Parts: sequence; C-alpha cells; structure tokens
Amino acid sequence: MELDFPFIWAAIIAFAVLAYVVLDGFDLGVGILFPFFPEKHDRDVMMNSVAPVWDGNETWLVLGGGGLLAVFPLAYATILPALYAPLIAMLLALIFRGVAFEYRWRTKRAEWLWNWAFAGGSTVAAFTQGVALGALVQGIPVANRAYSGGWWDWLTPFSIMTGFALLIGYALLGATWLVMRTTGELAERARWFSLVTAFGTVAAMGIVSLWTPFLKPEYLDRWFLYPGALFTVIVPLLVGAGLYGIVTGLQHKKDTRPFLCALGLFVLAYIGIGISFYPYIVPTSVTIWDAAAPDESLKFLLVGAAVLVPAILIYTSYAYWVFRGKIDPEEGYH
Amino acid sequence: MFEHFDATLLARIQFAFTVSFHIIFPAFSIGLASYLAVLEGLYLWTKKPVYLELFDFWKTIFALAFGMGVVSGIVMSYQFGTNWSVFSDKAGPVIGPLMGYEVLSAFFLEAGFLGVMLFGRKRVGPGLHFFATLMVAFGTLMSATWILSVNSWMQTPAGFAMNNKGQFVPTDWWAVIFNPSFPYRFTHMVLAAYLTTALVVGAVGAWHLLRRTAPLRAGTMFSMAMGMIAVVAPIQIFAGDMHGLNTLEHQPTKVMAMEGHFESHPDGAPLILFGIPDQENQRIDYAVQIPKLSSLILKHDLNAPLNGLDTVARDKQPPVAVVFWSFRVMIALGFAMLGLGLFSLYCRFRGTLYQNAWLHRFALVMGPAGFVAVLAGWITTEVGRQPYTVYGHLLTADSISPISAPAVGASLVAFVIVYFLVFGAGTFYILRLMGRLPRDPEPHLGQGPIRSAGITPAPALAENHAKHGGAHHGA
Repeated sequence: MELDFPFIWAAIIAFAVLAYVVLDGFDLGVGILFPFFPEKHDRDVMMNSVAPVWDGNETWLVLGGGGLLAVFPLAYATILPALYAPLIAMLLALIFRGVAFEYRWRTKRAEWLWNWAFAGGSTVAAFTQGVALGALVQGIPVANRAYSGGWWDWLTPFSIMTGFALLIGYALLGATWLVMRTTGELAERARWFSLVTAFGTVAAMGIVSLWTPFLKPEYLDRWFLYPGALFTVIVPLLVGAGLYGIVTGLQHKKDTRPFLCALGLFVLAYIGIGISFYPYIVPTSVTIWDAAAPDESLKFLLVGAAVLVPAILIYTSYAYWVFRGKIDPEEGYH
Repeated sequence: MFEHFDATLLARIQFAFTVSFHIIFPAFSIGLASYLAVLEGLYLWTKKPVYLELFDFWKTIFALAFGMGVVSGIVMSYQFGTNWSVFSDKAGPVIGPLMGYEVLSAFFLEAGFLGVMLFGRKRVGPGLHFFATLMVAFGTLMSATWILSVNSWMQTPAGFAMNNKGQFVPTDWWAVIFNPSFPYRFTHMVLAAYLTTALVVGAVGAWHLLRRTAPLRAGTMFSMAMGMIAVVAPIQIFAGDMHGLNTLEHQPTKVMAMEGHFESHPDGAPLILFGIPDQENQRIDYAVQIPKLSSLILKHDLNAPLNGLDTVARDKQPPVAVVFWSFRVMIALGFAMLGLGLFSLYCRFRGTLYQNAWLHRFALVMGPAGFVAVLAGWITTEVGRQPYTVYGHLLTADSISPISAPAVGASLVAFVIVYFLVFGAGTFYILRLMGRLPRDPEPHLGQGPIRSAGITPAPALAENHAKHGGAHHGA
C-alpha cells in the first residue's frame, strides 16, 4: 500500500497548530484578562494557574514552525516572509510574556513592569496570531518558489477582524480556564468574563464565517456546494450547542463544562478553516503536495513522530494531572 | 532609514545577534540541568541537607535562565523562515527533520517535566521528582545533540543529493546525522557547556567564600566546581585539538583563517601567536610567530606542508580578522581555565581550597569566561564557514529571503532593544539571586518548591546584603 505522506503530515501539523491554539490560547487568555483583575493576590493565582504548563504549551508552536520547515519547506519559506511584520511582533510579544512568568516573582519594585509585559505580551501575541491567520486565509501569492506579494499585504480589514476575533476567543479560553481552576471572588469575576467573551466569540465567528466565502471564489464553492455545504448547515447548530453549554455550565456551577465547550468552539472554527484551505497549505498558491519535502524526509520524521507524539501526549497529560484541581490560593507554587 | 544597507548583511547581523544571545542560555542551562540532577541524586543518596539547599538555590536560577533560553530559541526557529527562506526551502528536507526530532524528543521533554521539577516536589514525592529532574537534564542533552547535528551538517554536509527543484534531499540519514564534524563538535560543545556552568558555580561559591557568609554551602559548590574544571578543562583542550584536526581535514580554509596563514608553507608552517591580519593585502602585519610549530600541531610533523589562503579565491575566503581573533580569545580562555583547574588542585592538596583568597578571586574573575569562550568559539566556526551557509554548496548570498533592507533593519532594531532590555533585566535578577545565600538555612528551605524571593521587598533585599544575608527572606 502506498501511503500519502504529505497528507499524513498535513494532518499532524494541523493537529500541532490546533494543540498550540487551544493550549497556549488559555495561557494567553489569562494574560489578556490580567488588566481586569487589579488585585495582586488574584494576579498571583492567575499566573500560578498556568506557570507549570505554559512552556509545554508554547512548544507546540515550535513544533508547528519546525515541523513546517521539515515537511513543507516551501510553505515555511513563503508564509514566513509574507507574514514578516506580524510574526516578528508575535515573537517579541511572546518574549515579554514568557519572561514575565519568572521575572515577576523576582522584583517588588518593577512588578508593575512585568505585569504589563505579561498582559501586553499576551494581548499582542494573540492579536498578531489572529492577523497572521487572516492574512493566510485571504491568500499569499507565490512565484518561483518565493513570496511574491508586498510587505503590507497582510494588513487588511479582514486580517484586523480575525486579529480581534482570536483575541476575544483566547480571552474566552482564559476566562473559562480560570472558572475551572480558581475559587471565590476571582472565579466569580471569571464567570462574568466567560459569559461576555462567549457571546463575543460566537459573534466574531459569525462575522468571519460570513466574510471568508467572499474572499476567494474557491471558498465560496467550498461552502455552498456539496459536500461542504453539509458542514455549513451543521456548524451553526453545533456552535449554538457550545454556547448553550457554556452558559448553562456557568449558571449551574459546572466549572469544567464552560472550558470544554470553549475548546469545542475552537475545534469547530478550526475545522471550518481547514475546509476552506484544503488542499492548499499556502492558500491559494501551493498545495500540500507541492510544498512537501521528498518522501525520504517525511518518512524519516514520521517514524519518530509515531512514537514520540503519543509519548508527549502521555507525559504532558501527566504534568496536567499533577497540577489538577482548584488552586489553593494560599499555596502558591512560587 | 536602512534603504542604503545591504539586506543580506543586515540579515546576517540579525542572525548573529539573536543566536549569540540565545546560545548563552543553553550553554548555561545544559550544564546546570546536569548539575541539578547530580545535586538531587547526592541528596537522595546521602540525605545531607546541604545538597538539597544547593539544589533549591540553583533551581531558581535555572528557571530564569531556561525561560530566557526558551523565548530566545523560538525566535531562532522562525528566523530561518523570515530572513533565510531560500535556505529553508533548499536545506529544509535535510535539516528540517533533524530539528523536528529536536522538538519532539527534547523540547517537549524539557517543558513537560520542567513544571514538575520546579513546582511539583510536594505533589509527586522525591522519587518522581528526581525522575523529572533527570528528564529535564536528558532533554537538554538531546536538544544539543540534534541542533549540533544540524549545524555540523551545514559545516560538513554529507548523505545528500540535489533534486530538480534545487533542494538538498537526504539519501542516507545516518551519514546526515553523523556527518564528519558532528562527533567532534558535539563533544566540544557539551564539554564547553559543562565548563561554563562549572565556572559560574565556582565564581558564585568563591564570592560567598570571600564574604564568609555560608561556608558549608559555598564551600561545597566551590569544591564541586573546581573539581569539575580540573578534570574537564584538560579534556576540553584535547577535544578542541581533535576538533581542529577534523576541521583541517574537511574545512581547510577555516583553519587557514584561524591560523592567519595567507601564504602556503611547503616546508613547515609557523604558528602565528599574534599579528594584525590584513586581508586586503593578504598578509599578517607585526606577526609574532614560532617557526614550524603550526605544522607540528596540525600535522604532527615539523616539516609538513600546509596550504595557505593563496590557494583560495578571494571571494571564497572567510573574513580572516574575525576568525583569527575570536579563535585566539577562545584558546587564551581555555588555557586560563586549565590554569584555574591546576591552581585549585594545588590548593586542594595543600588543604587551602576554602581559605586561599587568591584562588577565590581568580575563580570569581573567571565566572563569565565560559560564556566568552563559547561565543568566541562559535564566532570562529560560523564566520569561518563563510561565504557559505551549507559549506561548499550554498552561498550565504544565495540563501536570503526576498526581503528588503528596511524590513530587516527595523526588525533588527526591535530585537536589539528588546533583547538588551529583557535579557539585561534577567541577567540582573540572576546575579541578584546568586548574591543571596542566607547565612542560616531556613526551616522551610529543605521543604521544597517555595520560592518566596518574589515577595521580598527590595529594601529587605538590600538589608540582606548589608547584613551578609542574615535576614529571613520573605520577612
């Protein structure tokens, strides 16, 4: 049997990016909500709720980038120059966000500075990721194996919209995470933010979904012709169910349900983007087969991925399990 | 601004700047992770609280250094694509999977167990906690293995063919991974990381020995560090020599630049100790040299012929002055490390290891020497590879993204500002942590992962310093 290695790898990379989005999504969301929780003690608890896991979550971003270089080098070599400015901004923002986890505990005098680094870094990283996503969806022109567009092509009303959409979505993940992991007044405020951002996220999903099909004729066909049209009908129902799950979970103090439903919303949106994209990896210039490295490269890394990715999922789950449950506000890991 | 600059030069400066900052942190955290594993293992074995206290002391510093390594490393993994997209497209099929293995087998391992190591001792118990520490240490070494394989392949490419799209494609993975310079470079770099860490630990121990604040802990870490240096420094000099011979075999031009040999020497080449390389006129001015010694070192024969840069086209020569000087800085520091190791052995046998203030001052001054030597060594090997990215096959000038100078220049400025601000602050915090070693072990210090330094008011910190660390932190 002849395996379609580029297809398998597209699925693995897609999984890595989704894992990044939902996992670092709630870390970044906690940072986005930081300015709305002025109490120092609340902020300590918020940061501690993600401190043991943020590094592992961010590693999925490295796998997304490094994996792209390994298996779809042409996509890596065209998408990254096309998104130059938003990606550099994202990297710088992630630096501020990442070091804040350690620096904030090392100083009293400059704590305000690292609070801002954490909140600002998280917000800018989320927004630029959304912009990058929008710029990718609206298409990247490629000629002679190189990006052939201009330096500001990424900046459009659509990409600004997707930037805000992801910002609100991450805030939802962060708020529902806090509902799940914290207690008392902090959790109550997180409930309120969960509710607001849940409606905001669904509204943003609606706007982006209605906008996307009109960006490219391919997308329009995909969404309004069979079999894609099936999904077009089902998705709004599932999104409604997710929103209902969040609202009722918040009402009935089922503290895990809102987070899981928020994850569900992200998975739905992600599948939707995938349906628009396929079979392109650089829409609408390069397909996954055009971009793929030779099979020798794909096979070699696939052997390792088949063993290591399940192992990663096991020990990452273990790390989450170690730090499970509501955070004791008195304990503090630091 | 930047319209008049060359995009390739700016991109090279950007890469050199970001990778130089980055390498500082792994060079330290590779060694420190292993040191932490040793400390925790010794504690579990001997149950002496001093090892646990040292573990907690260095663990906090490790967390900071590791965090800085992570965020500066992510920049590297994206910079290949933003600035060097042609290189990425062409070399991606070969080096990409190696980096993929680095992420899968090292980064996730480190990140997954780091949380447990830093925050989880009370939750998982001593055995599993030790396992987590071992996994973090193992992860740092795995990471070094893969990334050094990638770099070595760029220096001494093997096991590949070219396809019709102009890409390097793998034909023999074993030959790619274990390319000719990899075993040497790997040994040299891991030893360098261990030496760098030992020098830092030794300097911190020496600092506290000089201040007489905590003789037991300071003496323990000082003794461990000096022992490490005494053993590893001579091995490193030997490993470096082997690496040099390997370079002579596979990248002779780099050795010519390191040695400053513009001329060929058919009957024995001199060892040029110092001089001013003048690449314009292809000569060394004011050379201080020992006849025939270079041939003896490189060929083990006084009269062996050695080719010079006169056999290499001008546009295929690396920038000689940079390579020549950085190589000498590395060598000088290497011998200074050997001197420190020998001095410490002398004091150890005289029984004055903890008393000899001159040894302590020497160790203190040598604290940053490892970092400088690592940077100098990397500058030697990377600049020495020029004008190629993939040695002999892909020119640096042909590797660049189709980007314009203003875009690279603006991002370079942003990186410089952010790195100096962020990593400057981090270095300050690390130095401050290193300077604090309270006189009396506190009751909770042996209990585990409580890092209460963050709730120490700055004035109390200053007071701690004033009282030689007598106060309880967190007071």
